[in-house]
This record gives sequence, structure tokens and C-alpha cells, in this order.
Amino acid sequence: MASAPLPVTVAHGGWERFTPGQRLGRFTIYLALVAAIVASLRTIEIIPEFLYDAPDQVVDLVTRMWPIAWEHYPSGVHGALMETIHIASLGTLLALLLATPVGILASKRLVPSAPLNWLARLVLVSSRSVNSLVWALIFVGIFGPGPLAGTLAIAFRSIGFVGKLVGEALDEAQPGPIEALRAAGAPWLSVLSFGYWSQVKPAFWSIALFRFDINVRESAVLGLVGAGGIGMALDAALNLFQWDRVALILVAMFVVVIAAEVGVTQVRKRLL
Amino acid sequence: MNATPVADSASPYVFPRHRTAQITFVLLAVYVVYAAAQMEVSWERVQAGLEHAGRFLSRMFPPNFERSELLWKGLAESLQIAVLASALGIVLALPFGLLGARNLMPAWISWPARLIVVLARSFHPVVVAIVFVKAVGFGALAGVLALTVASIGFIGKLFTEAIEEVSIRQVEAIRATGAPFTSVLAFGVLPQVFSRFIGFATYQLDSNLRNSTMVGIVGAGGIGGTLFAAFQRFDYDFVAAILISLIALIMAGEVLATAVRRIFIDNVTLGGLFRGGTPASQERHLEDD
Amino acid sequence: MAEALILRRLSKAYIAGKPVLRDIDVEIAAEGITAIIGPSGTGKSTLIRCINRLVEPTSGEILFEGRDLARVRGVALRHARRQIGMVFQEYNLVERLTVMENLLSGRLGYVSPWNAWRRRFPDQDIARAQALLETVGLTGFANRRADALSGGQRQRVGIARAVMQEPRLLLADEPTSSLDPKTSVEIMQLLADVARSHRIPVLINMHDVSLARRFADRILGMEGGRIVFDGVPGALSDAILKQIYGGEDWLH
Repeated sequence: MASAPLPVTVAHGGWERFTPGQRLGRFTIYLALVAAIVASLRTIEIIPEFLYDAPDQVVDLVTRMWPIAWEHYPSGVHGALMETIHIASLGTLLALLLATPVGILASKRLVPSAPLNWLARLVLVSSRSVNSLVWALIFVGIFGPGPLAGTLAIAFRSIGFVGKLVGEALDEAQPGPIEALRAAGAPWLSVLSFGYWSQVKPAFWSIALFRFDINVRESAVLGLVGAGGIGMALDAALNLFQWDRVALILVAMFVVVIAAEVGVTQVRKRLL
Repeated sequence: MNATPVADSASPYVFPRHRTAQITFVLLAVYVVYAAAQMEVSWERVQAGLEHAGRFLSRMFPPNFERSELLWKGLAESLQIAVLASALGIVLALPFGLLGARNLMPAWISWPARLIVVLARSFHPVVVAIVFVKAVGFGALAGVLALTVASIGFIGKLFTEAIEEVSIRQVEAIRATGAPFTSVLAFGVLPQVFSRFIGFATYQLDSNLRNSTMVGIVGAGGIGGTLFAAFQRFDYDFVAAILISLIALIMAGEVLATAVRRIFIDNVTLGGLFRGGTPASQERHLEDD
Repeated sequence: MAEALILRRLSKAYIAGKPVLRDIDVEIAAEGITAIIGPSGTGKSTLIRCINRLVEPTSGEILFEGRDLARVRGVALRHARRQIGMVFQEYNLVERLTVMENLLSGRLGYVSPWNAWRRRFPDQDIARAQALLETVGLTGFANRRADALSGGQRQRVGIARAVMQEPRLLLADEPTSSLDPKTSVEIMQLLADVARSHRIPVLINMHDVSLARRFADRILGMEGGRIVFDGVPGALSDAILKQIYGGEDWLH
């Protein structure tokens, strides 16, 4: 990852770290950043009463959360937790299935058709730009509340991520073996399976594991808009102001996220 | 992952069967069927949904930009939340990240710092936003605080990793000159981590922009609230307008992030930025997107 | 027909107005080893790659097996490529696959993608692969991963893969340039033996003149995008070499 060389000498014999052109660029950024921050501070609506009230509110929150409602776990939380994991897993698998062709279409090397590349890239960008919660809202609107909406939301959100990285992995594959297979008269699909797949396999699974890890986190909150999983239990407890149950759910979320990370790390070690 | 070939006198050569891979695939298939059944995914539901989807999509078009004032207000607020959360998050993440570096700090400092960072990362920003809404009330402040926490979790971790991967030799060389600790930091450690830091700072800004559009759903300000309300009122054409603006905003954010990276990491001049060319610094940040 | 390959007025210009190949006219017989020598950048590699269309010629004809390869497209091009084996300077094996899989990849033009994915190759292909492994001196290497092999071993696999296609023509683009002198001789010997025993004409692109002299039946010298010498190795005098390569010091 080389960067442009930094200039060393200036005409009058001094040493400057950056050329005037580079300095201008850096200064512009600093200026823009400061301007953005100042503008935001001035226009953001903060209601002072709420702010002064905050410490009391926090104390109130903590007292209501303790003791944590452990007994509620088997009936209210466990099923929802499992559902969250299913949503994350199925969503990730579905995303792998859907993202692979799109990633292939986005790769100039494999599909040298500019309009198809552009269309695939558009699909990928849109998928990434829309939040999983928003996707969940859309799918709850279409399929009704429940884990089906959640799974589709996770899947559609992940397509952009997986597709982009898979496309990049394909572009980075060594050209030599591909050339050899083409020279032997192999059909396009065989070049794909023998030449490209064998090279990108480790990257592919790495991307899949990585996205699964993120998806566990994302799946947990989808229930807030009705898309199934532990989020729904959270939503219910919040609506009833049962903060001790909320605490339980937060702990459960934390444990699941950590467990998923540990699991993924183990699989990575043994696979790659 | 090679198994020994199974050969028998009848066939001359058999491909080595990758047992683990095959078993894994079978297990995965079984799991998919099981999980789908648990979720009561039936073909009828999917079909009904597809019909519904058709109606849904038709109600979304054409997108309705009439309530543009509301739209702009919401987008502007999301932008403010993202900017402030990123600024605050970066400022706070630096000390936490530094304190968590095991090669610079003793264990009794680094472990608590790392724990705080881990906690900050483990909860989805929306969940954190819920807690802050309770603490400081509805509005953008809760959003800013929630995303600040998320930023600390992300940048803190990456910053610590970057510092721990620093070449210790360069640091020793500076130390050997008798420089004070802060100078050792400035000349020995920071130059090595600076470009990576810019990378994840811009990444986090982008990520915060995406998340800030969402925290509104739980009342923490920004366009999320407007979006949620539109959904609940079945104003799907307004929803479409919001989504389109969101995508445009995020794409603009990505362009900006790339520009910042090119100026700071590739040392491109302002003119060079507009002239274009392929950037060398397109690092993929593998955390959230 | 007596000729395996006929090139007529073959030209290639990567940048318009600066041709790398100028009106190449040559006929390659159906047997024997032909070596192309010449300085770097003179178009040797381009010439070889034009024949199987890895590079698109600008104009001219490539007559092979009754068709003009410069014109074929799609499936016809693939079928033509099946008949032409190629050995590469960097071996171009699929690193993560085994030696056997690399050998069988030479038959991918004959097997459907679905069967290829499931590794269902015809028995006779597998038998032929085993026999070829012995021929190139790699018996027992069938299940080794390609990236576990040395350079010389990889090139042997490369040669075997090309022969697996049962080609009518074998192209070799600087097959020994990445190998040490001793291995280079071994590989050239192998190439020559295999080509003769399987009766496949070979067209080799190489920069080592002594190797060319030793193993080739016919030598084509290229300079400035044209063929300036065409004859037996014995007729390759120092004067001619000087004309092709320029300068004398390297000759001694």
C-alpha cells in the first residue's frame, strides 16, 4: 500500500513535510471538519431540562434493573434467543447464495460487460446503504411480523457486504492459472470452478464467518420492529417498563454475541 | 485437509474424499431444514408475501417528495448526530485505545481499558440508544451519545490493535535518544499508526452516518423517526422518498470518506483529488460493513 | 495435411502504428520441434499467444485443422483451443488443487462443467493421467498439492497437462526461463521426448540459444517483429545471431 513520496527539499534549502498543494488539501479537510462540528453543535436540539435530569434518570434506571429477572429466562427469553440465532444463520446462508452471482456479475474480470457490472454494483450499494432495521421494516410490511421478515432482512442487508468482498477476492485471483485453463479450451463455468473457486475458497469462508458474526448482533435488534428474535422480547419488556427483564435480555444478548465471536474464532483457526 | 485416497482393485484411482467438508455440508443442510421449520416458513406464506410485495412496491412508486422540509430536517439531524458522535467518539477512543495497548501499558491499566472497549462494542447501537433515551430523554442527544459509545468500541479496538502491531524497534530507537514519553509516542508510535487510524476514522464516520439514520426508530433523533412514522401511517411513497435520499446521502458520505483517505494517506493534493485516478488506500474495514 | 499450422501475414499492434508482429508468414510441419529465438520485446511471446488467441491478432490468418483461428469465436474457439496445448513460463498450475486435478484440467474442454465440479472424469482420462505421470517422472505425486512442488516438478505437471489434451500442436512460452540450468535441460529433454513419442509438433519460444540449438529441429530467429532466420540449428552462425540480438559480447 504505497503512498505518494513526501517531498524532502524546497528551493531555498529548507525542509518541508508537505508540498503546498498537499497542505492545501489537508487544510481544507480540517476546515471542513471543524465547520461541520460547529454547525452541528449549534443546530442540534438539546433540551436542557432533560440533560440536568439525566443523572437521576440513570440512577433510577439502574435501581429498576437490579435484581436482574433471571427466572424469566426459560419462558420468555430462551426461545427468542434461539430464534435470533436461526435468523442470523439462515440469513447469512441465504445471503451467500444470493450474493455470489451478484458478486460475479460485478467483477470486470469474470463478466466483461460494463452494463452488467454497473447494475450489479448498484444492487450491492443499495443493499449496503439500507440498514438491516429498515430492511426489517420493509419485510414486516410485506410478509407480516415474525422471523421470516427478519431472515430476509439479514439476508438482503448482507448481500452488499458479501457481494462486494467476493467480487474483490475474484479480482485479486492470480491470472496465470485462469489463462492456462482458457488456453486448454475449458468452458466458462469450468474456469470458474477450477480456476477461480479454488483460489477464493479461503477468502469466501472467511467473509462468510465474518458476516455471520456481525449478523448475530444485527439479528438481536430486529425484533424491535417486529421481525422476530430476542428483539421482540426486548420490545415487549420496554413497553411494559419491566427494566429488570430488559436487563436480563441485555445480558443474554451480550452472552450470545460473545459466544458467537468465540465460536467464529475457533472455526477460523481450524479452517484457515 | 487431505484424506488418503480410497483405492480398490476395481477402479484405478479415486479422488481423495474430503470427509470433514462433506459432513459439514450435510449438517448444514439438516440445520437449514430444522431452522426453517422452527420459523414456520411455509410455501404458502412466502407466496402470500410475494403477492403482498407486489402491492407494497406499487404503493411505493412514485416516491413522494412533497414533505421535503420534514425530510431535510430529519436528514440534517442524522448528519449532525453522525458528525458529533464521530468527533466525540474519536476523541474519547484515543485514550482508551492507547491505555489498552499491552505493549505500552501495564496489565492493571490495559485490561480495564480493554474491557470497557469490549462492552462498548458488544451492544448494538440501537440498544444503547434505548438506554440513553431513558437517561437523557428523546432527541438527538441520546443518538449522539449512543453512537459515541459505538465509535469508542470500534475505534478503540482497532487503535489498540494498530498500536500493538507497531514495530517495537522504531519505538526503542526513539527511546534510546532520551526523548520524553510523549515524544516517543509522537515520533515512534503515531507515525506508524496514523494512516490506519485515518482509515478507520473515516470508516467510522461512514458507519455512524448509516447508524444515525436508524437510531431514530427508538426515538434518538434523526430521519429514523420520520421513517418509522411513515411506515406506521402506511405512507409508503414517502418511505420510498426517504430511502432514496438515504442511499444518496450514504453514497455521498462514501465519496467524502474516500477523499479524506486519499488526502491524508496517499498525500494527494487538492487538485490531484479532482483529477482522479485509482486510490491506493482502499482498505477494507472488516468490522461492520 | 503435412502442415500443422500455417501463419499468413500475421500482424499485431498493441498501439496503432507500432506493430509488434509484422506480416509473419510461416508453416509449421506436423512433426518436430521448432524454436523461436530473439531478443525480448521482439514479439516472440505475442506470436505464440496469437495462435491460441490469448492475444487478439490485428490482421492475418492462422490456419489450423482446416479453420482460420483468427476468425473463430465462442464454442468453435474453445474446440480449437482444446487441440492446442500450452506450457507456460510460470507453470500456471492451480496451486490449491492436486497434481491429478491439474492434469485433468487439461480435459476440461471435453467434460461438462457439472461433471468437472463433481470430479467425474472418464476412466480413460484418469488412466492416461496416471501413465503421463510416470512418463514425466512424477509417479506417486498424484495427490500432492501443486504448491508443494518445486519449479521443475511444476513444469513437468504443466507439460503433462498440455499433453493430456491430446493436442495437435504444443505451444511453449519460455518454458525454462524460470528454472535453473540443470532443470532447464531436463525439462527441454522431457518436452522433446514427449513430443516425439506422442508425435505432436512443438513451437517453443525461448531466449536460451544453446538450448534451442541442442533440442530444436528448426529455428526461427525474430528481430523487430519479423522472422529474419529460418533454418536448421547448424546453419545458425554467429553472424546471424549478431544480426538478431545485436552486440557480440554475450556470444563468448
